[in-house]
Amino acid sequence: MRYLPLNQNDRAAMLDVIGVDNIDALFHNVPESARLKGLVDLPQHQSEHAVERHMAKLSAKSVSASSVPFFCGAGAYKHHIPATVDHLIQRSEFLTAYTPYQPEISQGTLQTLFEFQTQVALLTGMDVANASMYDGSTACAEAVVMAKRVTRKSKAILAPGLHPHYAAATQTLASTLDIQIDERDCRPGRDSHVIDHITDETACVVVQSPNVFGEIIDLAPIAEKAHAHKALLIAVFTEPVALGLIKSPGEQGADIVVGEGQGLGVGLNFGGPHVGLFACRQKLVRQMPGRVCGETVDANGDRGFVLTLSTREQHIRREKATSNICTNSGLCCLAFTIHMSLLGDAGLKQMAVLNHEYACHMADIIDGIQGAEVLNETFFNEFTVKLNKPAAEVVQQLADKGILGGVPVSRLTDGQDDLLLVCVTETSTDEDMHVFGEALAEILS
Amino acid sequence: MKNQGRPTAPVAVNMNERETVSGSKGLQQTEPLIFEVGTPRRTGIDFPKPKGRATRLGGQEREGEIGLPGLSEPETLRHYVRLSQKNYAIDLGVYPLGSCTMKHNPRLNEKVARMPGFADVHPLQPQSTVQGALELMHELSHWLMTLCNMPAVALTPKAGAHGELCGMMAIRARLDADGASHKRRVLVPESAHGTNPATAVQCGFTVDEIPANSGGRVDMEALRAKISESGENSDIAGIMLTNPNTCGLFESDIIEIADLIHGVGGYFYCDGANFNALVGRVRPGDLGVDAMHINLHKTFSTPHGGGGPGSGPTVLSDALKDYAPLPYVVKDGEQFKLVETAKGAASDSFGRMCAFHGQMGMYSRALTYMMSHGSDGLKQATEDAVLNANYIQASLSDVMTPAFEGTCMHEALFDDRFLKDTGVETLDFAKAMIDEGYHPMTMYFPLVVHGAMLIEPTESESKGELDRFISSMRSLALRAKAGMVESFKNAPVYAPLRRLDETRAARKPILRWTPPADEAQAAE
Repeated sequence: MRYLPLNQNDRAAMLDVIGVDNIDALFHNVPESARLKGLVDLPQHQSEHAVERHMAKLSAKSVSASSVPFFCGAGAYKHHIPATVDHLIQRSEFLTAYTPYQPEISQGTLQTLFEFQTQVALLTGMDVANASMYDGSTACAEAVVMAKRVTRKSKAILAPGLHPHYAAATQTLASTLDIQIDERDCRPGRDSHVIDHITDETACVVVQSPNVFGEIIDLAPIAEKAHAHKALLIAVFTEPVALGLIKSPGEQGADIVVGEGQGLGVGLNFGGPHVGLFACRQKLVRQMPGRVCGETVDANGDRGFVLTLSTREQHIRREKATSNICTNSGLCCLAFTIHMSLLGDAGLKQMAVLNHEYACHMADIIDGIQGAEVLNETFFNEFTVKLNKPAAEVVQQLADKGILGGVPVSRLTDGQDDLLLVCVTETSTDEDMHVFGEALAEILS
Repeated sequence: MKNQGRPTAPVAVNMNERETVSGSKGLQQTEPLIFEVGTPRRTGIDFPKPKGRATRLGGQEREGEIGLPGLSEPETLRHYVRLSQKNYAIDLGVYPLGSCTMKHNPRLNEKVARMPGFADVHPLQPQSTVQGALELMHELSHWLMTLCNMPAVALTPKAGAHGELCGMMAIRARLDADGASHKRRVLVPESAHGTNPATAVQCGFTVDEIPANSGGRVDMEALRAKISESGENSDIAGIMLTNPNTCGLFESDIIEIADLIHGVGGYFYCDGANFNALVGRVRPGDLGVDAMHINLHKTFSTPHGGGGPGSGPTVLSDALKDYAPLPYVVKDGEQFKLVETAKGAASDSFGRMCAFHGQMGMYSRALTYMMSHGSDGLKQATEDAVLNANYIQASLSDVMTPAFEGTCMHEALFDDRFLKDTGVETLDFAKAMIDEGYHPMTMYFPLVVHGAMLIEPTESESKGELDRFISSMRSLALRAKAGMVESFKNAPVYAPLRRLDETRAARKPILRWTPPADEAQAAE
């Protein structure tokens, strides 16, 4: 009971002040039939050492990304996180603070959010960003709902290269809101075809670049057609580092940009917590979901920051709110923003160049293997390989050899069993790539 | 004297009287934005030199600067350490935000969450290589289902509000499966959290409010009337009820409420935000609940991090369990498996709520906390949380005005009657608490009470700390009644900033930094 400061004397004295005989008296409003008489059927309390040991044993049953040659991406990316990032986010004042409802004593969190919003806006080429969402996929779903609000139209087109899990999360949220989603044909090389589907009834087109197959998509012509039909272009990305090297979605005409920020500052975490990024044009700002931090002044005229535009939010607008979201991924966007501050423009670009360069090298190795063919004409740090065997089996055989060799497309969507997604980042060494190539050649031969 | 609290002299200080050249005040340093100190060409990270290998970007290269400032490592450390010092946090002191549950965050949780088998694994690695992570999820599920006496739990929702969405989606899926798609009306008590009506609407339901009675609980007369009016072919899909409710009270008619709702073919969604008042003493499954989200971050102590991440696993009843979202973990012999696609599912899952498997980092923290406490400690924690809240209520009720008679659960609710005619508003009172060294309580919520002040001490506070807090609150109340209005209107004077102009921020929103005009011109 090391977390509980009260002792029996304290409890007795406090019950006395309250004027009741025992603790049960405080639960008298609970119907008799629903009162637990004993303890629930679970183990009793354990020492710190015992719990830590149990957890360490569980942890040891998984193969960690850093312990092996590692090539998985498909929406979650392994990058080196500077030690400074984890040190700073563990500062008590950041780690154990609540949502900054009292701005006078929350400037640390608030200024950080303001810096984060600015970084995200710059990176995506948009006017404004919010203070983060749960993750990229839920941000994508919220963007589609927002497009319906903005355009008052209810048809959404999801590009074939949109991450299938993003499409599924969007489908779930859209399904109850009378938003119709175009049938998707999740295959490589098809994204430019969305142009043909845009009509006056289209509320939004959702295009991911680089897409789930790693292809870099020219968004500009899609944006142009969408705008001609008064539809919004929602641009999606799953790898923020890519934006260090390729044109920003804003430059190409996107109206809303959503994505996953995990690649910077936030670890893999088996899929969560991650951090959703959400940015849009200035004129759409009051339709944007989520928390927003804004600049203002205090009673002395000094600059300060507050949460603002709360009239869009659930605690004020209740059933008329833009979304039901009442939080953000505060600590993860802190990690993102610290990593980004360390990188700066120059560092981010250099990191991006390394990612691309290493991936090109890996693609060349794989293209030289009998039974494997790289499908991509363009990519950033991830590409699709067509294999002469089912990819899931190959990946399992690689895993048995101690190599985590990518994500089979069949893990994300039905069909296309022979496609493998391979991701290479700045953490991959020449030796890792060599080992992977050798093993893949052996399995495919 | 020390045991009597920390009385502070109610003096109005004009902070303009003493200026420093830097704008800093001793350890309280003025900190510019990174955009004002960093430059795009500086970086705090060393990379190997690129070798200039092939580019395959298809002509989509970015041209020109992004404009992101870079800082060296020492500059970065100082910037964020200085900013951190402008934050209040539970590790600094009492954080009595009602309904938000700021309790101690054990550091063992942090250590475990960073173990490589949980933190450094990819969500799409072959399942044979993540057995430990899946086993942890399975164990966590067992603890949550046992504490709730519910047959299923959906782990993936990423926050409390996302968990609400999960529960309501499951209800909708079940209704549709039963051919009851005309059921689209959800009853929501007026004391509900704002997320409840927002969630119902986001699931395509309409919201029908039920008033509270004078005792702060659901008005049963109104509820019965609504239900009987809805007739034989009732359009009521269900009810969203918070228990203990946002007034800090247990809904004593809850079993009857569940029966009434079930009687018209509806389902009972319980908002589990306040589950920390029940753990180990009351199981939602015994109350007739069909779905309830659990805020792992509140009830099981994962740190709030200035806004999140949270985690909102949702327990489901027999009626709803087949509709749980993908993916989920099953145990197959000695192996743990993830069911990720509808093809592999043996159920009528309503779909997927997010890209991967939810908030692993929160699962490991929450399970660590539960195992540390054990069934005995969790029950004790609940009791202490309720005891602390009632102790505060009892100790302050002669100077402040409790909103409702009788005992409360884990949070004590006061209203602003005690401030009547003093000229001090609830907001002023809260800001004065800052000068006393406390984070203010929740104000103006719940809406059913005028000038609400909701105090939730949690089980983390010692009696000594509670006594100091009570003493400060008493002295503030007495000061207000004595007409010392100025000290409230000026507050806070000891915080890093004085009162912030929130109206200005909303009216002309400035949501990002832009370079000053002269700099922008120079760059052109």
